[in-house]
Amino acid sequence: MSLVATAAPGELRVPRSGPWNQRLLAGPKLGGPEPLADHASRLGGGITGWTERAGAHQLLERVRRSGLGGRGGGGFPTADKLAAVRRHGPGSVVVVNGSETEPAAGKDDLLLRIRPHLVLDGLLVATRILGARRAFLVAHSAQAVAAVEAALRERPDVSIPVEVVRGPANFVGGEESALIRWLEGGQALPRYQPPRVVDRGWRGLPTLVQNVETLAHLGLVVRLGPEWFRGAGVADEPGTMLVTLSGAVEAPGVYEVPIGTPLPEVLYVARAEPGAVALLVGGYFGSWLRASEVQGLALSRSSLRPAGATPGAGVLHLLPQGTCGLRESGRILAWLAAQGARQCGPCAFGLPAMASALNEVADTGSEAALGQLERWGDQIEGRGACRHPDGAVNLARSAASAFPDELRRHRSGACSGPRQSALPLPLGRDQG
Amino acid sequence: MSGRYLHADPTLCVGHRLCAEMLPELITLDDFGYPIISPDPVPRHLGRLARRTVGACPALALILDGNPSRRVRRHQPRPGASPG
Ligand SMILES: Cc1cc2nc3c(=O)[nH]c(=O)nc-3n(C[C@H](O)[C@H](O)[C@H](O)COP(=O)(O)O)c2cc1C
Ligand code: SF4
Ligand code: SF4
Repeated sequence: MSLVATAAPGELRVPRSGPWNQRLLAGPKLGGPEPLADHASRLGGGITGWTERAGAHQLLERVRRSGLGGRGGGGFPTADKLAAVRRHGPGSVVVVNGSETEPAAGKDDLLLRIRPHLVLDGLLVATRILGARRAFLVAHSAQAVAAVEAALRERPDVSIPVEVVRGPANFVGGEESALIRWLEGGQALPRYQPPRVVDRGWRGLPTLVQNVETLAHLGLVVRLGPEWFRGAGVADEPGTMLVTLSGAVEAPGVYEVPIGTPLPEVLYVARAEPGAVALLVGGYFGSWLRASEVQGLALSRSSLRPAGATPGAGVLHLLPQGTCGLRESGRILAWLAAQGARQCGPCAFGLPAMASALNEVADTGSEAALGQLERWGDQIEGRGACRHPDGAVNLARSAASAFPDELRRHRSGACSGPRQSALPLPLGRDQG
Repeated sequence: MSGRYLHADPTLCVGHRLCAEMLPELITLDDFGYPIISPDPVPRHLGRLARRTVGACPALALILDGNPSRRVRRHQPRPGASPG
């Protein structure tokens, strides 16, 4: 195994099993889409057996009692979002968000490729709760689109029109209002909210945008019940979550991990290489945890909050020995700056300036550049139409505080990290 | 009239800076020339001026409404870590 175990995009989508109880990744045949017959016999029949027995209100109550939170990064309570759309009455729109534009993520694409019926079950439940009139399913890869289209042909129970499309390639295109614009035929650029998309989304209709993984859990919640769902995870964050692990691990890929699992356990299972420098938690909007900090922390919002981190959409990247966290952060920040939609001044001008400052910090350890980073971070945060700049600022702040030893070394002109990159920053399609 | 708040739609704002000149009590500029607006409700005695400023923005970017500011800070210093 080479020192820098950079996972190729394909490797990110490899399903991996750990010692934990599997829910979304349970069952045999993790190589391709599970046929409907296998799905139904494994889970006790079609989902309509459950959705038709219960009224829409009962279904929503079940979701509420499960405590399911969104798996697209924000962790917003799914029952609250469903209720916000349902308030407007029938005729709303559901968007299944599998755009997964983050380069180091692969869980939603994997789920659509191997367990499309779990996601369609969840879509059907959401549709039933809302009385929705149509739906869109946005997938990252062509393979996922094909798997979902084939699965839909097996599903006469999905009675509303579902349009399956390959998602936008730009990073901010996965943001909900950008995605809706894209589905309306426009450019995948976020818009200023309010009005919120739950009130005025696709063509002005109330719209539920829900992550692929969230919907997969939703289907199981309705089948197996809220108590079952709460049988994994921690009290205020129940369930399992999919984690895409890359970097200095011998087994990169997608793991299904109960929320609240100690981070060292996750890294052990993925066979982390010795001497790793730091762990990036929560992806490119995320935070660095020094190797010494990882001990004692668990994969949950409540455990990570005091360390200034969140699990986000489950992206973990372990920085290998011999790489420099400051330099890697500078590269990511420059990439994020270029990915901004250039609609908002603070994002369009502030992020490139912050990226230069961070790269200067990485080159020289400059105190002045560190000061600029702090000042600009405070100025920019919360001032874009979407949360893209906030995520980028979070990463920059985390880099500036997580690597004090590296900073000292750079100040004395002795960076020991070779300039190799460990994090996937795609060119080609994803740049586009 | 209870709690009115001033916002700028950042996708429309082109950084004319006019607003910061008209209403420096509530609007300052960042290092890039874009307005930073006070997250507090507009004080009663500035209500008229705030409405005039909204009307003067050439990009029609300014909004005065009852929604509290969306600018909530997530930032909390990391315990036990200081840069450098
Ligand atoms: C810049 C940006 C990019 C995003 N990209 C994605 C994405 O690729 N997939 C996703 O599910 N959510 C993404 N989100 C979050 C969505 O806006 C939305 O909150 C989410 O799809 C809601 O699903 P959930 O409640 O099930 O988590 C992104 C948000 C931002 C600010
Ligand atoms: S904040 Fe940045 S990414 Fe978001 S809409 Fe504005 S310019 Fe685009
Ligand atoms: S006057 Fe309007 S366009 Fe000019 S800086 Fe203020 S909000 Fe932006």
